[in-house]
Amino acid sequence: MAVGSRTEVRSGARQRERAHGWHRFQRRFAPYLFISPFFILFAIFGIFPTLFSIYLSFQRWNPIQGLSAMEFVGWENYVWLFGDPWFWKAAWNTVWLALVSGVPQHLLAIPLAFAVTTALARFRHPLTAAYFMPYITSTVAVALVFQTIYGTQFGVLNQAINALADWAPLAWLFSGIREFLPVDWLGRAMYIKPAVAILVIWKYFGFNVVLYTAGLSTIPREYYEAAEVDGASVWQRFWHITLPLLRPMIFFAVTLTIIGNLQLFDEPFVLTNISGNRTGGPGEAGLTLAMYLYRTGFEWVDMGTAAAMSWVLFIVIGAATFIHYRLLGRRGLERREG
Amino acid sequence: MAVLTDARKEVPSEAAGNRTGRLVTRAVLLVTLVALALLTVFPFYWMLVLSTHARDTIFSAPPPLWLGDDLQRNYQALMDVLPFWRNIWNSVYIAVISTLTTVFFCSLAGFGFAMYDFRGRNFLFGFVLVSLMLPQLLNIIPYYLIIDFLGWLNTPRAIWFPGMANAFGIFLMRQYTASAIPKELLDSARIDGASEFRIYWSIVLPLVRPGVATLALLTFINQWNDFMGPLVILRNRDTYTIPLALRSLQGIANTDWGAVMLGTALAVLPLVIIFFFTSRQVIEGLVRGSVKG
Repeated sequence: MAVGSRTEVRSGARQRERAHGWHRFQRRFAPYLFISPFFILFAIFGIFPTLFSIYLSFQRWNPIQGLSAMEFVGWENYVWLFGDPWFWKAAWNTVWLALVSGVPQHLLAIPLAFAVTTALARFRHPLTAAYFMPYITSTVAVALVFQTIYGTQFGVLNQAINALADWAPLAWLFSGIREFLPVDWLGRAMYIKPAVAILVIWKYFGFNVVLYTAGLSTIPREYYEAAEVDGASVWQRFWHITLPLLRPMIFFAVTLTIIGNLQLFDEPFVLTNISGNRTGGPGEAGLTLAMYLYRTGFEWVDMGTAAAMSWVLFIVIGAATFIHYRLLGRRGLERREG
Repeated sequence: MAVLTDARKEVPSEAAGNRTGRLVTRAVLLVTLVALALLTVFPFYWMLVLSTHARDTIFSAPPPLWLGDDLQRNYQALMDVLPFWRNIWNSVYIAVISTLTTVFFCSLAGFGFAMYDFRGRNFLFGFVLVSLMLPQLLNIIPYYLIIDFLGWLNTPRAIWFPGMANAFGIFLMRQYTASAIPKELLDSARIDGASEFRIYWSIVLPLVRPGVATLALLTFINQWNDFMGPLVILRNRDTYTIPLALRSLQGIANTDWGAVMLGTALAVLPLVIIFFFTSRQVIEGLVRGSVKG
């Protein structure tokens, strides 16, 4: 009895120890196992492609002819790009669109967010949800809708403009620009970029309203109350409390806009595609760098040049983000820490 | 904003006058903001209107502002030019698989980063964050080449597989798990002999369900709308997702806009319905993912 119980105890302890060993082992390696899918996928579909595209940007290659057809050409792809007029045109269009479709989003979103968090707090959710709705819908779908809205003769936008121009109280406003009506939004080079910009602003300003609303709700109510006691007007409160404290969020939101807008693809690609035009409409006025990249890589099957272009674009995005950080971010972030 | 300038701090003697002044400015502000909201949703209304009209009423002045009676005809026309329900099915299939896998792998990794102290954790998490900043466009060429090399062109898995453990989802789930689950809870489960995966599956996952729901919604929406990835991978009509199918209608001469608008309406409607019921969660999820800590 006594002997038996001793061995029983011993084997039980060994079992426990063994179980404990396995337990410790799986506990130690579990976190690595849990996070590994990301790193495996990122290695295959992230790091490897990135490195490969650096390599590719120094090659001339049409993939249809197989890997052996790759031919090292040094900096030739980059040199060619910088001498290519379409590349410069696309770069100009991209920067123009990034600015004109980017800046108004924020000029619109900040006051709106201020209004729905202060004076109209009761209507905060329904209003933000309405502003936000375009953001969740397919760009292709809404670009098609905008294509009908922009129609020259029968588009609802031009019909609205005409109605306003014919309306007596407003006629004076349109007297100077009457000759430009009806506006051929997608058919003439000078109107294409504004038409794209309107779509981009419409689609993304609500997203920024949401971001700024979140940023504003972190500002302590006491600040406003103290300012109100001191007799500050709404405008003063907005200017001296809201804006400075919102700065980190402005920095963040503008960074997202910069990165997104410099890669603008879906909106101009669908909007300027009228009867098979794939080069951004008349005069390539809506051709962005992303579109040009797509065309070079997948329609002209010149993978080397397309890869070079993606790196130029990456450097442009990096530079723009860095400049933005120097201008706005550093001070804004310091303030937050201080 | 200028309209609000007059709404000064109330001084007792002029309180009454000020209150009406305030009310007026608030009313003006509300009307402006509601008008802007209506303007924002107008294109969706317009899409619905056009989807019920035939070509000759679409191209007329004044434009039709209310629903017409050509819905049936437009539906027929849409079915004639597209394998429409097949395209919808492709979109549903990709979005559902993508959502399920993303939710699983991201919540698992988020749990790993939030609840364990292990060597290299901060470095590895920093790596995840940095990878968030790589522009998608940089990889589009080699992504296509890898998919081609794997023989996955024209297959749905080329779309959902690469992104199923993505940085955004991991970040979102890490933040959520860290704030929702006390570490002591895990220790007591360990004393009861549960394995780490079991802890994740039967303790953590049920507790982070709201975070999971948010990530699921965002993933579904993104995948449903994704255009550039499918554009380079899915090259034949029967494998098109819905955005690709809609875009392919642009090439047709004399585009039947009524049919096209019906197609876009049917493509947009599921998301609008989902958004109608979950807008709070979607919006808060995006905010949580973008506002760090």
